[in-house]
Amino acid sequence: MSCVTVRSPGCHVGTGLTFGLVATVTTQPAQRRAPKTGRFDSSVVKKTVMAVSGIIMILYLLAHMVGNLKAFSGAEAFNSYSGWIRTIGEPALPAQTALWIIRIVLLAAVVLHFWAAISLWRQARRARPVPYVTKKRVQQSFASRTVRWGGLILALFIIWHILDLTLGAVNPVGYDSTPYDRLIASFSNIPITLFYVVSMVLLGLHLRHGIFAATQTLGQTNKRRERAVNGLAYVVAGVITVGFLLVPLSVVFGLID
Amino acid sequence: MMSLTLRIWRQRDRTKKGKMVTYHVTDVSPDMSFLEMLDVLNEKLILDGDDPVAFDHDCREGICGSCGLMINGIAHGPEQATVCQLHMRSFSDGDVLDIEPWRAGGFPVVKDLAVDRSAFDRIISAGGFISAPTGTAPEAHSTPVPKKNSDAAFDAATCIGCGACVAACPNGSAMLFTAAKVSHLGLMPQGQPERDARVLKMVAQQDAEDFGGCSNIGECSAVCPKGISMETISRLNHDLLGALRAGAVPMS
Ligand code: HEM
Ligand code: SF4
Ligand code: FES
Repeated sequence: MSCVTVRSPGCHVGTGLTFGLVATVTTQPAQRRAPKTGRFDSSVVKKTVMAVSGIIMILYLLAHMVGNLKAFSGAEAFNSYSGWIRTIGEPALPAQTALWIIRIVLLAAVVLHFWAAISLWRQARRARPVPYVTKKRVQQSFASRTVRWGGLILALFIIWHILDLTLGAVNPVGYDSTPYDRLIASFSNIPITLFYVVSMVLLGLHLRHGIFAATQTLGQTNKRRERAVNGLAYVVAGVITVGFLLVPLSVVFGLID
Repeated sequence: MMSLTLRIWRQRDRTKKGKMVTYHVTDVSPDMSFLEMLDVLNEKLILDGDDPVAFDHDCREGICGSCGLMINGIAHGPEQATVCQLHMRSFSDGDVLDIEPWRAGGFPVVKDLAVDRSAFDRIISAGGFISAPTGTAPEAHSTPVPKKNSDAAFDAATCIGCGACVAACPNGSAMLFTAAKVSHLGLMPQGQPERDARVLKMVAQQDAEDFGGCSNIGECSAVCPKGISMETISRLNHDLLGALRAGAVPMS
């Protein structure tokens, strides 16, 4: 089909009617592209994967944060908390069952979240092959603009964090130490602490946007709930950020040693 | 009368590379619409033997949605209205204006500022319809519609398919448009038979047309001349997840 009629939108190209002059460009409209039909090809389904895995990570982070705050009760309380995670359900269940379930669920959540993020990022790049010469922001928030790069830095953070405090591989006192010693050793080191602080601020921004986005993705926002959802996003993001920053900053300022 | 400097995207056709070209227009009245200002420029270009700037327009009264332009980095310019409804009094004498086409994988440039928006037609034809017997119009009161739903459906139905949402979106996503079309039918009793298939097919088509996915940034709604709200996208997501739960399969 070719469009030559003046009234076919998308095809009619006018030069203005002042001269009674209409330059009409004939174009072949692009072929209908066959959509992919797999369930996981849908961008909305990918976003749902992102939202559900994000919510799983948030729930974990809330529990993790409460655990960290045990550092304020001293080395013994902290180490025994870390021991407790490894023995939940014993003797009915073998040692470390709960820990491994949590690890596997989290690993799946991180991998799926990452897969969906990269896949949607690539789709977005295809969707704007030629950039604007001038583009202004009308309403987007800083948090929404930084989800992708912020998310990538968070991925690096997660890897570092496991190497540091779980495996002890990059930790100043290494693996042959108690969890509490590793914690103090890491946060007595200024560059490491700075990296943690920056990551937690990025996490806060990620969650400020992410919690709103997840609610929207799961089809639960509307004009009436908008303020409540945004409020919830601020509160949860704030609690998680501050909660995680308390321990490292207390070590730096000598409140914990 | 105002004088303006315009930096306009000129591109011969889809296959050529384009670039910004600078023009000066004088004798612009503040009462002119933006399109009339471009007409003035084109009259001058034609008299000078130059190639006039191609731009899309039709109704010039804000209802057809064909006149999309990026003006100084904002879709449809500084007012939340279509370009034909934008008047030069929104600008000042001596302003420098960058004028670009909508930029999206799904909207290839035809020439200069005109893009091919037929991808929107294909999203509509994928599912933006209802099956209804033709012939005598049924009695209007025979199918009651809750006021809340009819209001929301009417709001969604005001979408004119201009494409500003895609143009403004950092992801180049057409989700606001698709959501408006999915909602306005899905909220009505007449739209129920195809409701599940509609949302799956229309979203699949929007993804296939090289539009991005929504990441809930909200630039779309902020520039939409009809003020279609982000709530509409939430409704689309809700419908799509509901359709998958109900076991509908995304076929083409
Ligand atoms: C592995 C590193 C991570 C990357 C690369 C990443 C990337 C992203 C990206 C690109 C989005 C899309 C934003 C949008 O669509 O608006 C997103 C959304 C989200 N992220 Fe992450 N993220 C990461 C880690 C995390 C973590 C650790 C959490 C939670 C504790 C989290 C929670 C969320 C939530 C709740 C969403 C909203 C989902 C939605 O769009 O509906 N993310 N993430
Ligand atoms: S949703 Fe608004 S901006 Fe998008 S096509 Fe419809 S009227 Fe235009
Ligand atoms: S020309 Fe029809 S909406 Fe502007």
